[in-house]
Amino acid sequence: MANVPEGLYYSKDHEWLRVEGETGTVGITDHAQHSLGDVVYVELPKAGESFEAHATFGSVESVKAVSELFLPVAGEVTEVNETLGDEPEKVNNDPYGEGWMLKLKLAKRGEVDSLLSAAEYEDFIKADGE
Amino acid sequence: MTITKAATHVTQNEALVFERSQTGRRGYRLPALDVEETALDELLPAELRREDDLEGVPELSEPDVVRHFTRISTWNYNIDLGLYPLGSCTMKYNSRLNERVARIPGFAALHPLAPEEDAQGALEVMYELQRHLAEITGLPGVSLQPAAGAHGELTGVMMIRAALDARDGTSSDEAQRRKVMLIPDSAHGTNPASAHLSGFTVKTIRSTPEGLTDLDNLRELCASGDVAGLMLTNPNTCGIFERNIKEICAVVHEAGGLVYMDGANMNALVGVARPGDMGVDVIHLNLHKTFSTPHGGGGPGSGPCCCTAELEPFLPVPRVTSGGETGDTRFALEYDRPQSVGRVKAFYGNFGMHLRALAYILTHGNEGLREATEAAVLNARFIAAGLADTFDSPFDSPPMHECLFTDKRQSRKGVHTLDIAKRLIDYGFHPMTIYFPLIVSGAMLIEPTESVGRAELQQFVDAMKEIAREAVEDADTVLNAPHTTRIGRLDEAAAARKPVLRWRPAERAAGA
Repeated sequence: MANVPEGLYYSKDHEWLRVEGETGTVGITDHAQHSLGDVVYVELPKAGESFEAHATFGSVESVKAVSELFLPVAGEVTEVNETLGDEPEKVNNDPYGEGWMLKLKLAKRGEVDSLLSAAEYEDFIKADGE
Repeated sequence: MTITKAATHVTQNEALVFERSQTGRRGYRLPALDVEETALDELLPAELRREDDLEGVPELSEPDVVRHFTRISTWNYNIDLGLYPLGSCTMKYNSRLNERVARIPGFAALHPLAPEEDAQGALEVMYELQRHLAEITGLPGVSLQPAAGAHGELTGVMMIRAALDARDGTSSDEAQRRKVMLIPDSAHGTNPASAHLSGFTVKTIRSTPEGLTDLDNLRELCASGDVAGLMLTNPNTCGIFERNIKEICAVVHEAGGLVYMDGANMNALVGVARPGDMGVDVIHLNLHKTFSTPHGGGGPGSGPCCCTAELEPFLPVPRVTSGGETGDTRFALEYDRPQSVGRVKAFYGNFGMHLRALAYILTHGNEGLREATEAAVLNARFIAAGLADTFDSPFDSPPMHECLFTDKRQSRKGVHTLDIAKRLIDYGFHPMTIYFPLIVSGAMLIEPTESVGRAELQQFVDAMKEIAREAVEDADTVLNAPHTTRIGRLDEAAAARKPVLRWRPAERAAGA
C-alpha cells in the first residue's frame, strides 16, 4: 500500500504539495514513484520561472517511460532540488523527503483548497486501481 | 515443463576488439613501391598528423576481424531468427527477393545526380510506387521523400500548417494562425513532437473505457476553437479500430481543421480499407513496417506522405511526375510547385527502400496484399484468444493486427510486465513491446504480423502461459530471467543512472 502522509495536499496527477507560509514544496507521491519504477532522470525548471496551475513543469524518466510533471498550483519557482541530477533514485527512496523537486512562491494561496487531502487521495488511488 | 526453444543463444564470451589486439597482426601487405617515394611532409603538414603511433587502434588480421564480428552477430535476435512480436513496430519478414531487386546494378550503382534522361528507370520505379501507395491509401498525392515515420509525420503536419495558412490567409500573421493540434492520449510520442516542431500547441483527447477516441471530448475541444487538426492512429495503439473514424474526421473538418493519420498500423488495413475513404487528409506510411523493408538496425526507414488532391500542392519538391508520353523524359522531377513545403530530404528519399516496397507490392498483387492483412489480423486474434484466460486485457474490443494485455493478474504475485518480457527471452522469443501505450498500466503489446505460421503462434502462446504459471509457482525464475543468455538480468536503472560510455574511461580521461 502506498504511503500517503497526512498534512500534505495531493493532486490527481500524483504530485504532492507541502505548504509552509507562502512557500510550497512539490514532489511526486509514493504511489507515483512506485508506478513509474526506477527513476533515472528528472528534468526540472530553473528558479525564477513561473507556472500556471496544472502546467507542465518538467518530466521524470524511469526505465519504463518518460512522464510529464504537472504543478498542482500556480507559482514562481524559488528553488529546485539540484541533487536529483546525480541521484534521481532519491525520488524512489524518499519521495516526500530528499526526493522533493521544487519550492515555489504560491501565486494564489486559495488554490490549495482545490487539491485533495491525504484521505481523499488515498481513496482516489484506490478507485484508480480498480 | 522443459523449455522448447525457437532458437538457441550462443554463449561464448567475446572480448572487445581492442582487447583482441596483438602487436604486429595486420590484414594487408602492400606491394613494393614502383614509383619514387614522396616525403610525407610534402603531402601532409606535420600539424595534421598524429604522433601517438595510433595508440588504441587495435592490430588484427582479417580472420581476427571477421570472426570477431561474426561471433558478435550471433548474439543478435533478428527477424530471420524467429518471431519478433514488437507491437506497433510491424516486424515482418524482409523477403530475399526484395533484397535481390535492390541490388540490381542499374539501380544500386545509379548516381543520385544522374540526369533525368539517364535515370528514367529509377524515376519509373518511384512513380509506380507512388501510384500504388495512392491506390492503397485512397489519397492521390504522394511524396516518397521522408526518411522514416516521424519524418513523414513532420512532413504531413508541415503540410497542414501550409494548407491552413494558404486557406485562411495567415501565412505572415502569426497571431491569426490556427494553433491547436489535437492528439489522443494513446498516441505515439512522436506525434506531439512533430506538432510541436511545426509550431502547434498540443491538446490531448481522452480515450474511452473501450480504448477509443472519446468523441464527446473531441467535440468539446473542437468547440473551443482554434483547431488546426487532429493526429490519429488507426487502428490506434491499443490495436483497436476507431470505428467512429468518419464521424471523427467530420467533427474536425467542421471545426475547420485537417486530419493527419499516423500510418504506423496500416498493416491492419492494406487492401481492405483506405484512409482516404475515411476522411483522412494526409497520412504517412512506414515502408519499413507495412511494406516489409528492413526495420531496425538502421533500416534505413522510409516514411512516404500521401494526401488529398487539395493538399497535393503542399507536398515536398521535387515531385516525381509522368508526362505520359514515351521517350527519354517520360518521367521527370518537378521543382516548380510554389506552395510546396520545400525539400525535406537530400535527393529523393531512401531509394533502395522504394525498390523493395515496390517489389513487395508487385509480388503480392491486390489479392496478396489483402490476404497479408487478413493473416496479420488473424494471427493477432489467435494470440488474443489463446491468452484470454491467462492475462488481463484492458479493453473488450476485438483486436486488429496487435493485441494488448496487462500484468494485472501477475503483478499481485510481484511479477511485472518487465519480468514477463525478460522471461520470454529464455523461451527463444524477442519480447513484445512493453509499457506502451502509456495509458495502459503494465501494457504488453503483441504484434505477430502475417509472417508466422500457426505452429509458431502456438509456441508463443504456450510460452506465455508457461510464464504465467511460473509467476504463480516459481516467481523467482521469472523475476531473475533471462537465464539462458550470455549475461543475465541487467540493472537497467543503474545503467541509465550511471552509464559507462567509453572504453577505459579513467585512463583515457587521464591521458587527455
